[in-house]
Amino acid sequence: MLMDRYTLLQKIGIYAGIALFMTFILLPFVEMFRTSLSPMSHLFHEPYEMWSDKFSFDAYSAMWVKVPLLGRYIVNSIFVATAVTAITMVFVVPAAYAYARLEFPFKSISLGIFLAVNMFTGAVLLIPLYRVMRTLGLLNTYWAMIIPGVAFLIPTGIWLLRGYLEKIPRELEEAAYVDGASRIYTLRRVVLPLAVPGLIVVGVSVFIGAYAQQYLFAVTFNQVPELQPLPAGLNQFIGYQTVEWNQMMAAALTGVLPVMVVFLFLQKYLVAGLTAGAVKE
Amino acid sequence: MAEATTGKMVTSTRRGLSESWFAWVMIAPAMIFIGVIVAWPLLETIRLSFTDADLGSENWVGTANYEKLFASAKFMDVISRTFLWMVLSVSLKLIVGLIGATLLNAAVPGRALFRALIMPPWVIPIAIGCIGWLWLYNGHFGFVSGMAQRFGLIDGPMEFLAYKNSAFISAIVTDVWVGTPMVSLFFLAAMQGVSRDLYEAAWVDGAGRWYRFRRITIPQIMPVIVSMSLLSAIWTFNSFDIIYILTQGGPRGGTTTLIIDTYKTAIGNFKFGEGAARAVVIVVLLSIFSLLYLNVLNRVNKHYGVK
Repeated sequence: MLMDRYTLLQKIGIYAGIALFMTFILLPFVEMFRTSLSPMSHLFHEPYEMWSDKFSFDAYSAMWVKVPLLGRYIVNSIFVATAVTAITMVFVVPAAYAYARLEFPFKSISLGIFLAVNMFTGAVLLIPLYRVMRTLGLLNTYWAMIIPGVAFLIPTGIWLLRGYLEKIPRELEEAAYVDGASRIYTLRRVVLPLAVPGLIVVGVSVFIGAYAQQYLFAVTFNQVPELQPLPAGLNQFIGYQTVEWNQMMAAALTGVLPVMVVFLFLQKYLVAGLTAGAVKE
Repeated sequence: MAEATTGKMVTSTRRGLSESWFAWVMIAPAMIFIGVIVAWPLLETIRLSFTDADLGSENWVGTANYEKLFASAKFMDVISRTFLWMVLSVSLKLIVGLIGATLLNAAVPGRALFRALIMPPWVIPIAIGCIGWLWLYNGHFGFVSGMAQRFGLIDGPMEFLAYKNSAFISAIVTDVWVGTPMVSLFFLAAMQGVSRDLYEAAWVDGAGRWYRFRRITIPQIMPVIVSMSLLSAIWTFNSFDIIYILTQGGPRGGTTTLIIDTYKTAIGNFKFGEGAARAVVIVVLLSIFSLLYLNVLNRVNKHYGVK
């Protein structure tokens, strides 16, 4: 369209702006990758020199010796985040449906209570949460990382999914309902199939939350090395006298690679989906 | 029309009795779960804040913990530092996020790729990104110090995390880095939801880009800006991983925000009672802040005609 046409100068300005923005976002990753390729002698050399002629992938094989449980950490991270997502969705779907479609007493008050949970993070409630976990006998198990994660993600999940369900036309449901279908049947066979794109976006958002923020619960509620997720597992190597930075960076990048690859494929879907659900209010 | 009305009547008579019950059955699992994992611990935190609980004993001390807190100048510093942290970090996230979203919304080739490339800081575990930043800030061998020396901004090696002010700024930069992608993507999503007709009408009338941005884009996405800034403010206020990994609240308390102070008191020094009092202060401050903010949100929504 004519309206969207830019002059050459404007184009240069836009690309320059994007380049600056991208540099800020991606610089740490580029630097982490460069570090992972550099031998320690090059890293611990002053003055700072970006290029080395001794770049190699050695750290990517050495890291498995330095961090023997790295494979476990990676799998644990993905497992905990996946479990949190699955359980959260089980709680979120029915509740979001109720808020999107049904009229009942205390509707807005109870929704407000859910949303107020956003004000508390695990860190505020750690002391009693620790006791709850101890009472339930869940310390040092995967559950100690999964259960608090679920609780703090349910509210956002309900809020996002409600936005989607409200957009699904009521007529189909009413039709099924008039035909004598039960509420549960209508939800399962009519509403949920139509809500699949929304379910995916909400699921992905919950997964991001669960994956990005598993550090605190892991370091507080779990002492078993074999159960540690990636962030907790790797950070225990930081802070020693000499940190093998090249191997740490190699391990960090390798650790997030599987999830990153999945997200690069999902991102288009996610951005489009966020528009539909979250923007409404 | 008539059909629709009959349909509605049938459903509403059949729903009548059971709709509320059905709704509550659907909500109950989530409510109960949150009750056990969030609400009960919250009540317990309030109770603990009136005790001197530690690893061994627990005695009722009344408001002693609170009196101690509010008599402490150091704690007042922590509170003002927390608000400074929140205001600086959230405004930067909103400004950078808005600029980023505007750039990525421009109709230029390659924007799909750029949109994908801004996601990583949001998607990876915060604690992993922090390992990268920890190394970037390294005074002798890190990128930031190295580049600053090369361009003559500093004379010699500078340990950014070793001085109060530079550590505070460094932590903010990292927090903005973690938080901006999500803000950007939400703004971008909102911008794409703005009707093209509005822009075309303005364009036909001869309105320039800047005018269209100021008079159409901004008002149209204002509700998203306002609700995003509330969420972002709460998350930033409670931001734990970044500060804890970069500085543990140091040097000499220079980056200790309320959440770090609470964690160190309760978990680090096992003073559960005093830690709980700090946690209650956080909850009260955030509640007041949120209520004020929701008030603003409602007014903004009314002003821009949203619902």
